[in-house]
Amino acid sequence: MSIRIDDNGSTITVKLEGELDHHVAKSLREKIDNYINIYMPKKVILDFKDLDFMDSSGIGFIMGRYKLLSEIKSKLYIINMSEDFKKVMKLAGLEKLNINLEKGSEEDENNQ
Amino acid sequence: MKIINSTKIIFTAKSENESFARMAVTAFMSTVDPTVNELCDIKTAVSEAVTNCIVHGYNEKKGDVTIYARITDKRKIIITIKDRGCGIENIEKAQEPLYTTCTTGERAGLGFALMNELCDKVVVHSVLNKGTTVTLHKQLQ
Repeated sequence: MSIRIDDNGSTITVKLEGELDHHVAKSLREKIDNYINIYMPKKVILDFKDLDFMDSSGIGFIMGRYKLLSEIKSKLYIINMSEDFKKVMKLAGLEKLNINLEKGSEEDENNQ
Repeated sequence: MKIINSTKIIFTAKSENESFARMAVTAFMSTVDPTVNELCDIKTAVSEAVTNCIVHGYNEKKGDVTIYARITDKRKIIITIKDRGCGIENIEKAQEPLYTTCTTGERAGLGFALMNELCDKVVVHSVLNKGTTVTLHKQLQ
Protein backbone atom coordinates (compact mmCIF):
# COMPACT_ATOMS: atom_id res chain seq x y z
CA MET A 1 0.00 0.00 0.00
CA SER A 2 1.41 3.41 -0.87
CA ILE A 3 0.19 6.85 0.09
CA ARG A 4 0.93 9.93 -2.03
CA ILE A 5 0.36 13.56 -1.08
CA ASP A 6 -0.28 15.96 -4.01
CA ASP A 7 -0.94 19.66 -4.58
CA ASN A 8 0.41 20.85 -1.23
CA GLY A 9 -1.67 18.33 0.61
CA SER A 10 -5.04 19.04 -1.00
CA THR A 11 -5.18 15.52 -2.48
CA ILE A 12 -4.18 12.27 -0.83
CA THR A 13 -3.98 9.21 -3.06
CA VAL A 14 -3.91 5.77 -1.49
CA LYS A 15 -2.90 2.90 -3.73
CA LEU A 16 -4.35 -0.26 -2.25
CA GLU A 17 -2.45 -3.46 -2.96
CA GLY A 18 -3.00 -7.14 -2.21
CA GLU A 19 -5.71 -7.92 0.31
CA LEU A 20 -7.86 -5.58 2.38
CA ASP A 21 -9.18 -7.55 5.34
CA HIS A 22 -9.72 -6.78 9.03
CA HIS A 23 -6.02 -7.20 9.82
CA VAL A 24 -4.76 -4.89 7.06
CA ALA A 25 -7.58 -2.36 7.59
CA LYS A 26 -6.57 -1.90 11.25
CA SER A 27 -3.08 -0.59 10.52
CA LEU A 28 -3.97 1.19 7.28
CA ARG A 29 -6.74 3.31 8.77
CA GLU A 30 -4.44 4.58 11.51
CA LYS A 31 -1.91 5.66 8.90
CA ILE A 32 -4.43 7.31 6.57
CA ASP A 33 -6.38 9.06 9.32
CA ASN A 34 -3.13 10.48 10.57
CA TYR A 35 -2.42 11.99 7.13
CA ILE A 36 -5.99 13.27 6.83
CA ASN A 37 -5.73 14.99 10.20
CA ILE A 38 -2.41 16.59 9.29
CA TYR A 39 -3.20 17.78 5.75
CA MET A 40 -7.00 18.23 5.89
CA PRO A 41 -7.15 17.38 2.17
CA LYS A 42 -9.97 18.44 -0.18
CA LYS A 43 -10.11 14.96 -1.57
CA VAL A 44 -8.90 11.47 -0.85
CA ILE A 45 -8.59 8.99 -3.70
CA LEU A 46 -8.59 5.25 -3.02
CA ASP A 47 -7.13 3.41 -6.02
CA PHE A 48 -8.37 -0.19 -6.18
CA LYS A 49 -6.40 -1.15 -9.28
CA ASP A 50 -3.99 -3.55 -7.55
CA LEU A 51 -6.36 -4.81 -4.87
CA ASP A 52 -6.98 -8.55 -5.22
CA PHE A 53 -9.29 -9.20 -2.30
CA MET A 54 -11.67 -7.30 -0.05
CA ASP A 55 -14.25 -8.50 2.50
CA SER A 56 -16.72 -6.58 4.66
CA SER A 57 -13.82 -5.17 6.69
CA GLY A 58 -12.92 -3.26 3.52
CA ILE A 59 -16.46 -1.87 3.42
CA GLY A 60 -16.09 -0.83 7.06
CA PHE A 61 -12.81 0.83 6.15
CA ILE A 62 -14.45 2.82 3.29
CA MET A 63 -17.41 3.83 5.50
CA GLY A 64 -15.11 4.97 8.29
CA ARG A 65 -13.02 7.17 5.96
CA TYR A 66 -16.20 8.51 4.32
CA LYS A 67 -17.53 9.63 7.71
CA LEU A 68 -14.24 11.21 8.72
CA LEU A 69 -13.98 13.11 5.40
CA SER A 70 -17.61 14.27 5.58
CA GLU A 71 -16.82 15.86 8.93
CA ILE A 72 -14.12 18.04 7.35
CA LYS A 73 -16.22 18.59 4.18
CA SER A 74 -13.82 16.61 2.00
CA LYS A 75 -14.66 14.18 -0.75
CA LEU A 76 -13.87 10.50 -1.11
CA TYR A 77 -13.10 9.10 -4.55
CA ILE A 78 -12.71 5.44 -5.42
CA ILE A 79 -11.07 4.62 -8.74
CA ASN A 80 -10.51 1.41 -10.69
CA MET A 81 -13.01 -0.64 -8.74
CA SER A 82 -13.77 -4.06 -10.24
CA GLU A 83 -17.30 -5.43 -10.73
CA ASP A 84 -16.75 -7.98 -7.94
CA PHE A 85 -16.08 -5.25 -5.39
CA LYS A 86 -19.02 -3.18 -6.69
CA LYS A 87 -21.27 -6.15 -5.89
CA VAL A 88 -20.09 -6.03 -2.27
CA MET A 89 -20.49 -2.23 -2.17
CA LYS A 90 -24.05 -2.50 -3.47
CA LEU A 91 -24.96 -5.07 -0.85
CA ALA A 92 -23.70 -2.64 1.77
CA GLY A 93 -25.88 0.14 0.36
CA LEU A 94 -22.74 2.19 -0.20
CA GLU A 95 -23.94 3.38 -3.60
CA LYS A 96 -26.34 5.64 -1.68
CA LEU A 97 -23.46 7.52 -0.10
CA ASN A 98 -21.87 10.39 -1.93
CA ILE A 99 -18.76 8.44 -2.88
CA ASN A 100 -17.45 9.13 -6.33
CA LEU A 101 -16.80 5.94 -8.23
CA GLU A 102 -14.62 6.61 -11.24
CA LYS A 103 -13.53 4.15 -13.86
CA GLY A 104 -10.66 6.21 -15.21
CA SER A 105 -7.06 6.31 -14.23
CA GLU A 106 -5.61 8.38 -11.46
CA GLU A 107 -4.26 10.88 -14.02
CA ASP A 108 -7.74 11.51 -15.51
CA GLU A 109 -9.00 12.00 -12.01
CA ASN A 110 -6.41 14.67 -11.27
CA ASN A 111 -7.23 16.60 -14.44
CA GLN A 112 -10.85 17.09 -13.51
CA MET B 1 -23.94 -38.01 0.10
CA LYS B 2 -20.45 -39.16 1.00
CA ILE B 3 -17.53 -37.10 2.26
CA ILE B 4 -14.63 -37.79 -0.09
CA ASN B 5 -12.07 -35.43 1.44
CA SER B 6 -11.72 -33.34 4.58
CA THR B 7 -9.28 -31.21 6.54
CA LYS B 8 -9.18 -29.68 9.97
CA ILE B 9 -7.21 -26.54 10.79
CA ILE B 10 -6.80 -25.11 14.28
CA PHE B 11 -5.13 -21.73 14.71
CA THR B 12 -4.78 -18.93 17.24
CA ALA B 13 -7.43 -16.20 16.99
CA LYS B 14 -5.09 -13.48 15.74
CA SER B 15 -5.94 -11.12 12.90
CA GLU B 16 -2.65 -12.08 11.21
CA ASN B 17 -4.15 -15.53 10.68
CA GLU B 18 -7.18 -14.31 8.70
CA SER B 19 -5.21 -14.44 5.50
CA PHE B 20 -3.76 -17.85 6.40
CA ALA B 21 -7.26 -19.25 7.02
CA ARG B 22 -8.52 -17.99 3.63
CA MET B 23 -5.52 -19.40 1.83
CA ALA B 24 -5.63 -22.78 3.59
CA VAL B 25 -9.30 -23.29 2.69
CA THR B 26 -8.85 -22.19 -0.94
CA ALA B 27 -5.82 -24.46 -1.30
CA PHE B 28 -7.81 -27.39 0.05
CA MET B 29 -10.73 -26.60 -2.30
CA SER B 30 -8.53 -26.40 -5.34
CA THR B 31 -8.27 -30.22 -5.26
CA VAL B 32 -11.76 -30.37 -6.84
CA ASP B 33 -11.07 -27.65 -9.41
CA PRO B 34 -13.69 -24.97 -8.61
CA THR B 35 -14.29 -21.94 -10.86
CA VAL B 36 -12.56 -18.65 -10.05
CA ASN B 37 -15.90 -17.20 -8.89
CA GLU B 38 -16.67 -20.14 -6.62
CA LEU B 39 -13.22 -19.92 -5.10
CA CYS B 40 -13.61 -16.18 -4.56
CA ASP B 41 -17.05 -16.64 -2.93
CA ILE B 42 -15.76 -19.27 -0.48
CA LYS B 43 -12.65 -17.20 0.25
CA THR B 44 -14.75 -14.17 1.17
CA ALA B 45 -17.31 -16.15 3.20
CA VAL B 46 -14.55 -17.88 5.21
CA SER B 47 -12.86 -14.53 5.79
CA GLU B 48 -16.11 -13.11 7.20
CA ALA B 49 -16.65 -16.09 9.52
CA VAL B 50 -13.05 -16.12 10.78
CA THR B 51 -13.04 -12.33 11.33
CA ASN B 52 -16.26 -12.71 13.37
CA CYS B 53 -14.56 -15.28 15.63
CA ILE B 54 -11.60 -12.96 16.24
CA VAL B 55 -13.45 -9.63 16.53
CA HIS B 56 -16.67 -10.74 18.24
CA GLY B 57 -16.23 -14.29 19.58
CA TYR B 58 -12.98 -13.55 21.38
CA ASN B 59 -13.17 -9.73 21.30
CA GLU B 60 -9.53 -9.74 20.08
CA LYS B 61 -8.48 -11.77 23.14
CA LYS B 62 -6.83 -15.18 23.32
CA GLY B 63 -8.51 -18.25 21.84
CA ASP B 64 -8.53 -20.84 19.09
CA VAL B 65 -10.45 -21.00 15.83
CA THR B 66 -11.18 -24.38 14.27
CA ILE B 67 -12.03 -24.83 10.60
CA TYR B 68 -13.36 -28.18 9.45
CA ALA B 69 -13.76 -28.36 5.67
CA ARG B 70 -15.36 -31.24 3.75
CA ILE B 71 -15.95 -32.06 0.11
CA THR B 72 -18.72 -34.52 -0.82
CA ASP B 73 -19.00 -36.89 -3.78
CA LYS B 74 -21.67 -34.50 -5.18
CA ARG B 75 -19.15 -31.62 -5.29
CA LYS B 76 -20.65 -29.90 -2.30
CA ILE B 77 -18.37 -27.91 -0.02
CA ILE B 78 -19.21 -27.82 3.68
CA ILE B 79 -17.08 -25.64 5.94
CA THR B 80 -17.52 -25.30 9.68
CA ILE B 81 -15.85 -22.39 11.48
CA LYS B 82 -15.90 -22.68 15.23
CA ASP B 83 -14.84 -20.55 18.17
CA ARG B 84 -15.20 -21.04 21.92
CA GLY B 85 -15.80 -17.39 22.60
CA CYS B 86 -18.65 -15.30 24.02
CA GLY B 87 -21.45 -16.59 21.79
CA ILE B 88 -24.21 -14.61 20.09
CA GLU B 89 -27.11 -13.32 22.14
CA ASN B 90 -29.56 -12.94 19.28
CA ILE B 91 -28.60 -14.94 16.19
CA GLU B 92 -31.44 -13.54 14.08
CA LYS B 93 -30.50 -9.95 14.85
CA ALA B 94 -26.80 -10.68 14.27
CA GLN B 95 -27.62 -11.76 10.73
CA GLU B 96 -29.48 -8.58 9.81
CA PRO B 97 -27.53 -6.56 7.23
CA LEU B 98 -25.78 -3.52 8.73
CA TYR B 99 -26.44 -4.65 12.32
CA THR B 100 -23.27 -4.58 14.40
CA THR B 101 -22.42 -4.59 18.09
CA CYS B 102 -19.27 -2.66 17.29
CA THR B 103 -19.42 0.98 18.35
CA THR B 104 -16.27 2.38 16.74
CA GLY B 105 -17.94 2.70 13.34
CA GLU B 106 -15.31 0.59 11.64
CA ARG B 107 -17.38 -2.56 11.24
CA ALA B 108 -19.93 -2.61 8.43
CA GLY B 109 -22.23 -5.22 9.99
CA LEU B 110 -22.23 -7.20 6.76
CA GLY B 111 -20.43 -10.40 7.71
CA PHE B 112 -23.46 -12.71 7.82
CA ALA B 113 -25.18 -10.90 4.94
CA LEU B 114 -22.17 -11.60 2.74
CA MET B 115 -21.92 -15.23 3.88
CA ASN B 116 -25.60 -15.72 3.02
CA GLU B 117 -25.15 -13.99 -0.33
CA LEU B 118 -22.10 -16.03 -1.32
CA CYS B 119 -23.14 -19.49 -0.04
CA ASP B 120 -26.21 -21.68 -0.63
CA LYS B 121 -26.87 -22.15 3.06
CA VAL B 122 -25.42 -20.77 6.30
CA VAL B 123 -26.21 -22.51 9.59
CA VAL B 124 -25.38 -20.71 12.83
CA HIS B 125 -25.31 -22.39 16.20
CA SER B 126 -24.35 -20.39 19.27
CA VAL B 127 -24.39 -20.78 23.04
CA LEU B 128 -23.66 -17.78 25.27
CA ASN B 129 -20.21 -17.97 26.87
CA LYS B 130 -19.58 -21.31 25.13
CA GLY B 131 -19.01 -20.29 21.55
CA THR B 132 -20.33 -20.11 18.03
CA THR B 133 -20.32 -22.53 15.11
CA VAL B 134 -21.00 -21.33 11.59
CA THR B 135 -21.42 -23.88 8.80
CA LEU B 136 -21.21 -22.75 5.18
CA HIS B 137 -22.68 -24.92 2.40
CA LYS B 138 -21.89 -24.39 -1.25
CA GLN B 139 -22.62 -26.56 -4.24
CA LEU B 140 -19.93 -26.42 -6.89
CA GLN B 141 -20.73 -26.67 -10.61
